Amino acid sequence: MSEHIGLRGRAWFQALTEESQPASGDPGTVLAAEAQIGDEMALFLAVVPNPSSRFPCVRDGQVGLEEAFTLAAHVRRVIAEDSDRPKEQKRPIVAIVDVKSQAYGRREETAGIFFAAAVSADAYASARMAGHPVIALVAGHAFSGGFLTHGYQANRILAFDDSGIMIHAMHKEAAARITRRSVAELEQLGHEIAPMSYDVRDYARLGLLHKLLHVNDPQHPTAADIEAIRRDLIDAIRDARLGPTDLSNRMQSASAKQTRKAGIAVRAALEAQWQNA
Amino acid sequence: MSQTSILPEFVSRRSFIELDGRSRAESLFDEGISKELVGPFDRISSPWLPMQGIAPQADDGCVVIKGKIGGMPAVAIALEGAFQGGSIGEVSGAKMAAALDLAARDSKAGKRTAAILLLETGGVRLQEANLGLAAVAEVISSVLALRPHAPVITLIAGTVGCFGGMSLAAGVSSYIVMTREARLGLNGPEVIEQESGIDEFDASDRALIWAIHGGEQRVGIGLADALVEDDADKIKTTIREYVQADLRLEYRSQQVRLYRDRIAALDTSEQIDPKSLRQKWSNGTKGGSL
Repeated sequence: MSEHIGLRGRAWFQALTEESQPASGDPGTVLAAEAQIGDEMALFLAVVPNPSSRFPCVRDGQVGLEEAFTLAAHVRRVIAEDSDRPKEQKRPIVAIVDVKSQAYGRREETAGIFFAAAVSADAYASARMAGHPVIALVAGHAFSGGFLTHGYQANRILAFDDSGIMIHAMHKEAAARITRRSVAELEQLGHEIAPMSYDVRDYARLGLLHKLLHVNDPQHPTAADIEAIRRDLIDAIRDARLGPTDLSNRMQSASAKQTRKAGIAVRAALEAQWQNA
Repeated sequence: MSQTSILPEFVSRRSFIELDGRSRAESLFDEGISKELVGPFDRISSPWLPMQGIAPQADDGCVVIKGKIGGMPAVAIALEGAFQGGSIGEVSGAKMAAALDLAARDSKAGKRTAAILLLETGGVRLQEANLGLAAVAEVISSVLALRPHAPVITLIAGTVGCFGGMSLAAGVSSYIVMTREARLGLNGPEVIEQESGIDEFDASDRALIWAIHGGEQRVGIGLADALVEDDADKIKTTIREYVQADLRLEYRSQQVRLYRDRIAALDTSEQIDPKSLRQKWSNGTKGGSL
């Protein structure tokens, strides 16, 4: 699967923006462009592999230092440009997510990738809190620190209903090693324990997704697919504008009430005890 | 001659690192003015660990204490590094996010309530994988929602350190306080060695690890704000100063251009020497020193 990472992200970025080159001054690993969605303009962002990146540990589609700061710079620019606009006119931001992981490199740790990732998450969250609809479109892999940096602060998360979608805290081989299981055991466990699963339909049971999207082949979108996904994005943008700007909606869906029961209970207990403390 | 005068300072001081998460959090508050919320007797533990044959803990390794620090309302949220490596599960993550949200609610209503995050964690708890990762995203969001209204102070004392997704929560905090024994990074050395090979990172090289992730270096390059001794009284004083500090107009994680330019100026043809990076980055940072 790993040889496909970034291809879907690139395909959907091209489909939705009709652009395929990095913006001037950006590293080759970030695609950013504004394009029409419905009757307004939106900012689209994607992280893609670049075999000649000057940071060796991001060449396969990982999110590293340059990627995080570049994403943040684009998001911050849109926040600043729209700061005087009323909320309903703030531009939507669409993060197209197909990322292998964060970069696992010494250069990255030395120069503070934790902080770079935080800067990007801050920018996305600030956009959301300022009233920009922030939509994550998971087109392929969304792993761990890569997803936290790029997409997980969105008010609405969309993902293709497809076996190539993987949203997880750690890739299978590493997770198996660390939890001392075989990959087969891990896959079996995923069917019983939804948060452990690598299957996007199990992920949907957690209540974090706004919607599962259907296309035949997410790597090769047809004109009809693109039209359908545009409509889904427009719906998600509209829905985001109607809701609060925090992430509380992730606790309120029917599936969240079922699967995230313990988290909801601890929140309620804390609120009940807070006043008298 | 009194006994104290012949003993060196490190003998009489009270170590902070030797305290567990609960005692660390308690030690920060004004005497007699603190209360634990949703403690072990409320028995809200992880539903996912027993399904995998792992004993849960009645507080899920996350302790929330509310009270006053320097006379001001504050909440401390401590991860217990001794339980499952301080990992973030559904319950511990929700507890942390909820405490931050309630502090934000009070702060917006005029009762400024600072939050102190005591982070000793290896990151997301893999047995709760996606719910842990989602909780981390929510914690980051909640830190950012509170930060304009009250200080959010991350304290990393050691010895687990702060790694994985929670390092982003540290990164968006108003201030980061560390000891020399503490480490802060996105990926721990073992993970890098596993994923990228021993040539990239030799996880047995202690000197290298501390040169990169250690508190002295993080403060030295301006990505953390205060280096404190492993002394409970001194740490309490430092935290109190940050709790009482005026709010800033701009925080480190909002300074995109400064840091983007710094990354652009790095020579990546070889590994980056931590010492020379410290020389390059030590000046001109708008860090959080008081």
